[in-house]
Amino acid sequence: MQYTLSILVENQAGVLSKISGLFSRRGFNIDSLAVGVTNTPGVSRITIVANGDEYVVEQLEKQLNKLIPVIKVKRLNNDEFISRELILIKVHCAAAKRAEIIKTAEIMQAKIVDVASSCVTIEYCECANRVNTLIDLLKPYGIREIVRTGTVAIDRGTASVSV
Amino acid sequence: MISGAEIMVKCLEAEGVSVVFGYPGAAICPFYDKIYDSDIKHILVRQEQNAAHAASGYARCSGKPGVCVATSGPGATNLITGIATAYTDSIPMVAITGQVRSDLLGRDVFQEADITGACEPFVKHSYLVSKTEDLPRVFKEAFHIASTGRQGPVLIDIPMDIQTNEIEEFVYPDSVNIIGYKPNTKGHAIQVKRAIDAIKLSKRPLIVSGGGVLSSGVKLQFQDFALKTRIPVISTMMGIGVMPSENELYLGMLGTHGKAVANRALHEADLVIVCGARLGDRAVAAPHQMSENTTVIHIDIDPAEIGKNVKTEIPIVGDMRNVLDMLVENIGDYTVPEQWQETVKTWKKDLFKTPPVFDGYVEPRTLVGHLSAMFRSKAILVADVGQNQIWCANNFRIREGRFLTTGGMGTMGYSIPAAVGAKFARPDRDVIAICGDGSFQMGMNELATIAGNKLNIKIIIMRNSRLGMVRELQDKNYNGRHSATILQGDPDFLTIAEAYGIDCAEASSNEDAENIIKGIVDSDKPFILVCNVYPDTPSI
Ligand SMILES: Cc1ncc(C[n+]2csc(CCOP(=O)(O)OP(=O)(O)O)c2C)c(N)n1
Ligand SMILES: [Mg+2]
Repeated sequence: MQYTLSILVENQAGVLSKISGLFSRRGFNIDSLAVGVTNTPGVSRITIVANGDEYVVEQLEKQLNKLIPVIKVKRLNNDEFISRELILIKVHCAAAKRAEIIKTAEIMQAKIVDVASSCVTIEYCECANRVNTLIDLLKPYGIREIVRTGTVAIDRGTASVSV
Repeated sequence: MISGAEIMVKCLEAEGVSVVFGYPGAAICPFYDKIYDSDIKHILVRQEQNAAHAASGYARCSGKPGVCVATSGPGATNLITGIATAYTDSIPMVAITGQVRSDLLGRDVFQEADITGACEPFVKHSYLVSKTEDLPRVFKEAFHIASTGRQGPVLIDIPMDIQTNEIEEFVYPDSVNIIGYKPNTKGHAIQVKRAIDAIKLSKRPLIVSGGGVLSSGVKLQFQDFALKTRIPVISTMMGIGVMPSENELYLGMLGTHGKAVANRALHEADLVIVCGARLGDRAVAAPHQMSENTTVIHIDIDPAEIGKNVKTEIPIVGDMRNVLDMLVENIGDYTVPEQWQETVKTWKKDLFKTPPVFDGYVEPRTLVGHLSAMFRSKAILVADVGQNQIWCANNFRIREGRFLTTGGMGTMGYSIPAAVGAKFARPDRDVIAICGDGSFQMGMNELATIAGNKLNIKIIIMRNSRLGMVRELQDKNYNGRHSATILQGDPDFLTIAEAYGIDCAEASSNEDAENIIKGIVDSDKPFILVCNVYPDTPSI
């Protein structure tokens, strides 16, 4: 089972290593992790996507809550949140294929942000599933490099995870 | 103007600290220079690990956080085992380490060690102080975090320049505000109600008590609850002492090294009330030890412990004190069904059996069984690790005193330094340390601390010339191949004792041992008794 945790932390030295250390120490794997500041000074948000069964997730939430700099931990409910990743993909692009690649990008609503003689760079901001779809579509052309952020996520509607 | 080092001392004074255990070095010298003028007693141990163990023994007997101090680099890394031991045993402790100057951090200079990083998995929280101004807040928070909620060690790492810099004035905060730390202490009323209903319905209820009952200081209330309801009690190793061993409701320690009747009770109970215990693998080796249909009520201050090792129907997160009050208030005049009371009575008769004697040796289980009656009723017994620990756990007939040992980490060498700490906390009580010949040699450098401070601690060494517990394991699982478990080249422990100026004697029969002990119980001097124990004496 894949799940997404939204964690608010006091922004102090070592907090990221405390959290990532907790995952590795207890043998929990992280699929992605993203950190950024929030609208409250001194408070950062960490979004973690990870895998595990119900027991593992519950343990994780409890163990995270025990860390002193952790203010709040919320497991985002399936389908009741919006998630995004940003990806930059550099794809091989012989002149003959250029139109085809541009068309693919257009259909997926991705943006061409750079063009060179033998490659193009595409920017795409979407949920992980759609990002993976784009990657699959571009694979046949030859992918040179992928740069991808971790997932960030927010509750739908009026719900929120704030201090 | 006031320096960081002076502030550190003032913070300790403000926290009511009267004794600290430590070992100096360059990076903590500014602090040592200031504590020299303070009324706080500094006890110089002989190895930093023992400063942490002593702080642990002190904390467990005083109810206040123990404090240990070390220098940077090797001093700090030597502390780690002691800190980790305190962490797994949930002991309130504040560990203070010196650190290299903050402008040199990260350059791998002489005696620099990333101690906050290294201790990360073993501390409840840690600080690397970056401004002298922060010291009062950090100390206030550290003592608060160490001593509230599920207790544990907090590390404060303080670079040299933070200790030497001066600021305008010292103001100690009178409260803390940590937004991410608000331990829940009051049990949930609905869960308590569910627990009461379940208890009233059960036919064979049982209490499993852990160290949490002792660390929350509610031993007597706990006993009242058990006596009033007649619910039988078993305990984990850390919970030994929640009830007097002879009490008819108490069936001993559970687990792989525990009492058969305790495990039997656990197996047959239809409702188990777990109080302040994490039920590690040594306690409940396999959850199937409990019957499928057992209802589990788990009371713990740490929500992460509930449901971690055993399936729990009724979780109650809260401080034992509050939850016990709520239980007592709502249980009415419920008592356990007659039949279960009768069963427990017959089991109780089987609790203490007399083991066979080997001629020319002391039978350690019998000796430990008789020990309590020879000392005053509030005696504190500190057991080390190995067979000696199991002999003590299962046979010491605790009365009103304490049984201290490390249940979580099982760190050899714990007993002597922890006894030192216990004695400083409770100079009025008899303090006895029991160790194996292996573990004695891990803690014996503290004989100097005992001699130097004239501490009345009685040490009993169970000499089997073996790492007995590992050897027993080898007999069981490794075809009796005694790889590295025979202690060759051991010194004569009596000569060692004499070298430290400590009185000593050797016994090769229980009669000898008991006569010697009777002769020393009233003396106010330390004593070492070496008991020769037959190497094939089993743990249980
Ligand atoms: C620091 C440490 N190292 C190793 C062990 C593993 N260990 C557990 S019991 C034991 C033997 C202890 O020997 P001794 O102190 O003589 O006690 P005995 O079992 O003989 O009573 C050992 C080596 C441990 N628990 N702690
Ligand atoms: Mg031994």
